[in-house]
Amino acid sequence: MKIYVDLFCTWFKIGLFTFGGGYAMLPLIEKEIIEKHHWATQDEVLDYYAIGQCTPGIIAVNTATFIGYYQKGILGGIVATLGVVSPSIVIITIIATLLPTFQDLPVVKHALSGISIGVCILMVTSILKLWKGSVKDKVGIFIFCLSLTIAFIFRTATVWVIILAGVCGLIFSNIKKLEEVDE
Amino acid sequence: MLLLQLIIEFFKTGLFAIGGGLATIPFLYEMSYKYGWFSIETLTTMIAISESTPGAMGVNMATYVGTHLVGIVGGIITTLSLVAPSIIVICIIAKMLTKFKESKIVQGLFYGLRPAVVALIVVACSSIFITTFFKDGFTLSFAGIEWIHVGVFVVLYALYQWKKPHPILVIVATGILGVLFQL
Repeated sequence: MKIYVDLFCTWFKIGLFTFGGGYAMLPLIEKEIIEKHHWATQDEVLDYYAIGQCTPGIIAVNTATFIGYYQKGILGGIVATLGVVSPSIVIITIIATLLPTFQDLPVVKHALSGISIGVCILMVTSILKLWKGSVKDKVGIFIFCLSLTIAFIFRTATVWVIILAGVCGLIFSNIKKLEEVDE
Repeated sequence: MLLLQLIIEFFKTGLFAIGGGLATIPFLYEMSYKYGWFSIETLTTMIAISESTPGAMGVNMATYVGTHLVGIVGGIITTLSLVAPSIIVICIIAKMLTKFKESKIVQGLFYGLRPAVVALIVVACSSIFITTFFKDGFTLSFAGIEWIHVGVFVVLYALYQWKKPHPILVIVATGILGVLFQL
């Protein structure tokens, strides 16, 4: 039972403090999922992001389902997902019924402007950590630069970036294997 | 009847919106056009509120539409309809992944995918960076840069690396700073 409570509460916390969409969740996922609960490694989280990017649905939800599923099967996946969406349901319901002018309030604008600096601090830290952990060799640097260029030029081509990178990964890992055999 | 239509429409959105929160926006335009559930103006407000509240944007918008049309129960139902396809699809993929984790093909794919996902995260964050540090979009002119934001970023980034507090603390602290100093 405790694991379900843990899954729900952890994902609730992540949902409550994420500003700026699925990827902005990363610093909290690192802290709570990877470091505190050891529910996944950094590589695994990146794998879930990659799969989440080219499967239906929202990345945040897909990642929560993955982590929950690997802890406690389908029910774990459902509990983690309900955790990550619950803060949205509560907050949006309150705002939609009581305060439709919410985003125009000066205090909200100033707070969000401050928070965006906070998000930048957390994201720079997370990206540097990811870079160290995942771009390990020349092939990695090549795929990183290629993906970065394509994604910057064609903002909507993320699915294609994923497919292309997967193909590159297959080709280069086979070349590497052949070289090892030769040696 | 309306509830049933909402369930179908949001399930469809969850099933076909690939690539995260922003991908749900075209589906919402279609709903506005097809059913007249809300005006384009209301939709613009919904997007603005979803962006300025915590949580995944797609989930926030689903809750908003449901609450706007049917009240609290509506918000819960639209949100659950949106995430249902994710839960189903991801649980199936997660199960297959356990089976094929050791396969050379899957490992080769992920070898290529990880650096690509890091690149996609960098691209996604670049838009947060631009709105945080530039007054009206990216520019190289001295006057177009939000120097106060840059200053706050540098000081807090150094402090964050030194003290390593919980990411939630960074979000809360920068929100308070934003209100106090009218950032």
